[in-house]
Amino acid sequence: MLVNTIHGEMDDSLLVKKEGSLDNDIESTTWVEYWLDDVLVHRSVHVTLKTSPLSALEAASIG
Amino acid sequence: MANSQSMVTGFLGKVLTATHNFGVAPVRGTTAADTFNAALLLASGTFNASSTNYTGTVGSVTMSGEVSGTNYTAGGVAITNANVPVATNSSPTAGVGYWTPSASVVYTNVTLTTSFDAVMIYNVTQGSAGAYPAVSIHTFGAQTITAGNFTLTMPSNTTSTALLRLSTT
Repeated sequence: MLVNTIHGEMDDSLLVKKEGSLDNDIESTTWVEYWLDDVLVHRSVHVTLKTSPLSALEAASIG
Repeated sequence: MANSQSMVTGFLGKVLTATHNFGVAPVRGTTAADTFNAALLLASGTFNASSTNYTGTVGSVTMSGEVSGTNYTAGGVAITNANVPVATNSSPTAGVGYWTPSASVVYTNVTLTTSFDAVMIYNVTQGSAGAYPAVSIHTFGAQTITAGNFTLTMPSNTTSTALLRLSTT
């Protein structure tokens, strides 16, 4: 598979692949990195938002 | 059943479609939805509820505190909006108005070496260079991108998770 890198497209067999993830109340996130000789040549991230702040509106009492 | 004090649920939805105007509103040339953009914000920034505008120029000048890098366009990217705002009763005496973009926001083949941790949603249609009205700030864990994609997938468009939610109390 070809991977877009800072050096252009490279075959992933030449690279070291690292993956990670994060999951909490706000987001579910994954990332993938490709390294060439200890140099990061590609990093993509996918963040899925879970919640957002709620804005409350209130009708005031009269009198 | 007694009367209950509340803003009506329908008001929440009509706020999201600019139906009500208690002050001076922009003159609208069309009933179509406005165009909204999503700009990425540096982790070193101080954007919050008091932020009023996207202060850059869409397509040419980044805002102070906005990311910059290869293949990132000043002002970010346009949001896909095929969802009509919804207003519904969440209980007999309360309601929620909500809206969520209809597709993920994707920054393609970018290199963003300075960490960012938030996105600003703002109105392109009702603004102009230096002053596009901000809608909201959404935070996430700090990231960098190297010759890759940054994809921001929206939460489910429901009363409890939508990206923008207004609620009566």
